[in-house]
Amino acid sequence: MTQGSRLTPYLYVAPLVALLLFVFGYPLVRIFEFSFKMVRGIDGPWIGLRNYDLVLSQSLFWESVQHNLLLLLAVPFMVIWSLLIAVVLYERLKGWKLYRVVLFLPYILAIPIIAVIMKKMFQFNGPVNEVLRWIGLDFLALDWIGSSDVALWTVMLLIIWRESALGIILFLARLLALDESLIESAKLEGANWWQRLWHIIVPQMKTVIEFYVVVSVITILSAVFAYVYVIGGGRGGPGTSTMVVELYIFNALIRTSLPGIASAVSVMLFLVSLLLIVPLFAMRRRANEEEMG
Amino acid sequence: MTAIPQPAPRRPRPDLALKHAILVLATVVALAPSAFMIVTSLKSDAEYTLDKVGLPDSLVLDHYRSVIFESDFFGWMGNSIILAAGAVALSTVVSCLGAYAIARMQFAGRGLLFSLSTSLMAIPPVVMIVPLFVLYTQLKLISTYQGAILIYAGLITPFSVYLLTSFFRTLPKEIFESARIDGASDLLILLKIVIPLSLPALLTLVVVNALYVWNDLLIAIIFLQDDSKRTLMAGISVFQGRYGDQIPLTMAGMVFASAPMVILYLAFQKHYIQGLMAGSIK
Repeated sequence: MTQGSRLTPYLYVAPLVALLLFVFGYPLVRIFEFSFKMVRGIDGPWIGLRNYDLVLSQSLFWESVQHNLLLLLAVPFMVIWSLLIAVVLYERLKGWKLYRVVLFLPYILAIPIIAVIMKKMFQFNGPVNEVLRWIGLDFLALDWIGSSDVALWTVMLLIIWRESALGIILFLARLLALDESLIESAKLEGANWWQRLWHIIVPQMKTVIEFYVVVSVITILSAVFAYVYVIGGGRGGPGTSTMVVELYIFNALIRTSLPGIASAVSVMLFLVSLLLIVPLFAMRRRANEEEMG
Repeated sequence: MTAIPQPAPRRPRPDLALKHAILVLATVVALAPSAFMIVTSLKSDAEYTLDKVGLPDSLVLDHYRSVIFESDFFGWMGNSIILAAGAVALSTVVSCLGAYAIARMQFAGRGLLFSLSTSLMAIPPVVMIVPLFVLYTQLKLISTYQGAILIYAGLITPFSVYLLTSFFRTLPKEIFESARIDGASDLLILLKIVIPLSLPALLTLVVVNALYVWNDLLIAIIFLQDDSKRTLMAGISVFQGRYGDQIPLTMAGMVFASAPMVILYLAFQKHYIQGLMAGSIK
């Protein structure tokens, strides 16, 4: 091998490494540094843990965290709904392929667009309440967007509506890769639909369900900005009822120009996401092994 | 998802109606917002006030006219196209080179690079914005295409590298060996053999990544603050605030904003679904 050919691989990966270092490496180092500094402009003096003290003593921060945690209640609904739809699609009823295309559509529409549409649909005098009153469910005709008691639940509905589409596609893909003979032999042994689902299909799907749960938890803790930005009118409103951690970082950085505070929250969010990445990759490996074996 | 085994022999299935009912219900729920958007966009303001659910009496196209001639929609769309095209092009070139090396060459740190790059897929973008914003302010890169393209390209690259590396590894070894015996250089092999063979994977990548950039709101509102650089997603969040009461007009705007994505999805549906699953399971 010549000198040139030993260097070749590094030439090929150099742009990749440079890009990743710039967009991920540099910020991930810098948020730790900034979180201990009082940053004005590009830099500032070290102030130890004061940023953390300030954030942790602020009730708005804890309120934001609490809202992200409350939104996690969406996950079980997403899992059950997606699993139900995927299992029914797996029966390959007439037209199942068309259903699959349509049921994935919520995931294709951009979050800001769908949030704008839902915001209008769920207005107090909007079509959703009109239908609810019409079918006699007046007590359900809430002020979905304008009431600070309800707005977060409306955001949750929207999250369930959209993120379930991903679950349906993932679960259906796993189902289609299942060993059919297992299900067939269970049928021959007289297992009914429910028994086959509970004792054969669900255990086989354990890994993909776990995977989906972790992906959804990561999404809800760290990627709901676009939902609340539109529904909450850019400010997490009404009041602070749809304030979430991402919006807290956004406000600290853009509206109050306190990069140190924003960094301290970013560090905490990063550490939480690291905790979730470990099980995520363990599951990915297991999913791979299941597909091989 | 290609092989479809024969359906099981039919037995009387009393549960069939229930299953169909579930699918129909799910379809109604999935389509209701889109249906509301389209139907409402064709109503006059007065008609919407009286009837929020039903079909329009006559088709009113005024709102579409207003969106086309009196709003900045096409400017925003143009910005989104520039960003998506730029970021996808940059990320694809960088990822092809990197993934080729990772899949086909021996070098120290190869495994580490691949696992680090892959794990970056799960890091929330919001964590990265603070230092980049501070840096960009200093370098006067806020509200520039090149600045935003660089960030978007970086954010989508871990997925690109992951997908392309996995795909390049499935290509048969013999192709590479015979090309090398013929004296082809690595770059020539990549350009003339690997890339033509990888077109399906590349198409998947382009569709998934372009939609990511197109749909993003967070990076767009932080790094493209200038009105002239506003993307479609940032634009519609402004639009809906400004025309808050004119719901049919807002909906006409939403129809415009969602059309490109829906068309892209319906045209490349298979690639999109495959790409998404590759990104999340394999």
